[in-house]
Amino acid sequence: MPPVTVKIALVGNPNAGKSTLFNALSGLRQHVGNYPGVTVEMKKGRFTDRDTEFELIDLPGTYSLAPRSPDEMVAVDLLLGRRPEEPRPDVILSVVDASNLDRHLYLTTQVMELGRPVVLAVNMIDVAKAQGIVIDAQALAKETGLRVVVIQANTGAGLDELRDALRVAAGAAAPAGGPKLPDAFSDEAAALGEKLGAATPEFLTRRAILDVGGYTEQWLVGTHGPSLTATLTATRGRLAAAGCAVPGVEARARYGWVRAATARAVTKPTQRAVTWSDRIDRVLTNKVWGTLVFLVVMFLMFQAIFQIATPAKDLIDGGIDYVVGAIESHVTPGPARSLLTDGVLRGVGSVIAFLPQIMLLFAFIAILEDCGYMARAAFLMDRLMSKCGLSGKSFIPLLSSVACAVPGIMATRVIEHRRDRLATILVAPLMSCSARLPVYSLLIGAFLSSGFSRWVPGLAMFGLYMIGFTVAPLVALLLKRTLLRGAPPLFVMELPAYKRPSLYTVARRVHDSAWAFLKRAGTLILASMIIVWAFLYFPYKDAHGQRYETLIAEQKEKADEAKERIKEVTDAGRPVPDDLEQISTDAVREANRLNAEWKRGSYLGQAGRAMEPVFAPLGWDWRIGMAVLASFPAREVIVGTLGIIYEAGEVKDDEAEKTLQGAIHAEWNRDPAQGKYTIAIALSVLVFFALCCQCASTLAVIQRETRSWRWPAFTFVYMTVLAYVAAFATYQIARFITDHV
Amino acid sequence: MATLDQLQPGQHGRIETLAGDPALVQRLYEIGLLEGEVAEVLGVSLLGDPIEIRVGNTRLSLRRAEAAAVTVTHLA
Repeated sequence: MPPVTVKIALVGNPNAGKSTLFNALSGLRQHVGNYPGVTVEMKKGRFTDRDTEFELIDLPGTYSLAPRSPDEMVAVDLLLGRRPEEPRPDVILSVVDASNLDRHLYLTTQVMELGRPVVLAVNMIDVAKAQGIVIDAQALAKETGLRVVVIQANTGAGLDELRDALRVAAGAAAPAGGPKLPDAFSDEAAALGEKLGAATPEFLTRRAILDVGGYTEQWLVGTHGPSLTATLTATRGRLAAAGCAVPGVEARARYGWVRAATARAVTKPTQRAVTWSDRIDRVLTNKVWGTLVFLVVMFLMFQAIFQIATPAKDLIDGGIDYVVGAIESHVTPGPARSLLTDGVLRGVGSVIAFLPQIMLLFAFIAILEDCGYMARAAFLMDRLMSKCGLSGKSFIPLLSSVACAVPGIMATRVIEHRRDRLATILVAPLMSCSARLPVYSLLIGAFLSSGFSRWVPGLAMFGLYMIGFTVAPLVALLLKRTLLRGAPPLFVMELPAYKRPSLYTVARRVHDSAWAFLKRAGTLILASMIIVWAFLYFPYKDAHGQRYETLIAEQKEKADEAKERIKEVTDAGRPVPDDLEQISTDAVREANRLNAEWKRGSYLGQAGRAMEPVFAPLGWDWRIGMAVLASFPAREVIVGTLGIIYEAGEVKDDEAEKTLQGAIHAEWNRDPAQGKYTIAIALSVLVFFALCCQCASTLAVIQRETRSWRWPAFTFVYMTVLAYVAAFATYQIARFITDHV
Repeated sequence: MATLDQLQPGQHGRIETLAGDPALVQRLYEIGLLEGEVAEVLGVSLLGDPIEIRVGNTRLSLRRAEAAAVTVTHLA
């Protein structure tokens, strides 16, 4: 007998333990399936049981099959076999929470109408038992007409029986029973079905009537013309007159049937026992104690991310530097070597430098979510966030963006509502991230430290952070009132019972997010690094046709030789001749001069000069402008580029930064046009960097998360325009003050 | 008669009717707020909104504007 693959769709409410069951059944044999046109990802897994090969698809958790968005429609279409890339499932596995059976069975009754055999997995039986709830699986099977298996997915109990039931169900008939809606409704549905034609499945015809303003209605109006809206309104009006008003008619029919079915199969204690969750919640959702705990949790999370991610990032940078050094000492200078070291390796480095932060943040989020705390955090923060048109679920993604927008944007996946999620993604890069710090400290150190009260540098830093904290909510509010306008989304949110987080679930989430980032965003970041490298590398010969790299290498060699001689002389206890010191210093200076000349002549340098009129209103000369252009892949790159342009050498440590601060300070003061306004210029650059989107990684992640090029382009444009206007205003105001005070 | 948002923490109410935006009412039904069920208000979030309620074994967070769609008889 040839092996047959049985396709199973896993359907359940959020918090029914769906992911745990999915992981328990498919183990490591899983991958992510993407669907064109929508942002949902569905996990697919495989497992074999006694010669039968199963393919399991995990649909997003939902309370009903009443699609309200294209994303929810994908799940319903998939169950009905209406997605061309996915065959119709052979069996539907409906997973329900044993301690919340009536409510979870509501979805099961909808699943029973899809025309496929259904297996009912009653999960978390241990929790139910602890609460004194007794479920008679046989009686439940008899009453519902479904194959019922009692399981405990996190311990694996009952999974053998479940696999057996799935194998038997494949090829069996669809359930015959189930709730019956009143005749008045069935007649209306039949009449509408005739009007819509055979191409519309009965299930969707019924949904079109039941879901007022739902996605089925939108879709059918799109295909059958706007006259359908009037038809549906009339149908609903007749139903209301007959005492079957939507949506109540469906809820009463389904719950009525569910109650009758569970009445004989489930015994509940008359007095509901006070659970551990009740006791914990008295503290954690309390507006005083809960908020305090929340603040402590957030503080610990960020401490951990900063404390662990920074050394990890340094380690990665150190490793890359080591490899680059090794290559540079073995390979002759040229475009190939430079592409490999400055383009590819530094590019790869800048990609994997994000990994420690992403993995840590996702470990925290997975733990907070799996144990049930995340919903409480959203509950506490909701009012605050709703003031800028968002919901409590946007809080953690936005706060995470203070460390780095990349994991922050990835964390928006917890927001189901599309417009809210998009608004959060679009403003997350405004939060002052850690990559802005090097730029802030460089310029504040150079212009706002010496000669000022010692409060000024700290205040300036604080002010720059406040720019993000105030502008992000304002932009979110603006977006929600214009581009992302729409009815306020529902904030009906379940606060699931607390449980111990599963190590496997957490590890899986961390692994999946790290891998997704590397695979999709990584390639884009790398590409942008290589493009900017090329613009900064070519042309690579000076006016005499000599290669800059060769010339610089010669100078560096000369300096090294001189230094070695100095060392020899000092070791021998003799005084160092002045000319030797001079040779070394001159050679280093010459190398820096050559490097600067090369970069000024590069295509990027030429572009910077051509664009000088654009930068002039901000008080910038072409050198600042060019450094800003070069920092497109990552903000902190500007520090290194400024180091090269101002002939201070490459900036790698505090000493070098001091040198660069000195060099910039000296250069700006030397120029009579700039000299008077150095502080105005510094403030203008700082404000620009607080608001701009000079970060290819952020743009790549926005592209990945929204599955579109439109939103990263929009983010880049609006942030750059905002940054430009703000920098312009800052410079002009600061200049005015300088002139008149 | 009162609406659910008018109950104080610790108070119970029997759900009488659900009225308002159809999408909201449908979601409330789906999540277990059915006529005849008893809802208890458990607490109030920071700044007074949303509220936390319990229906059967389900705990929910509802914004006050959403809870106003639920008419209840105040029990005790």
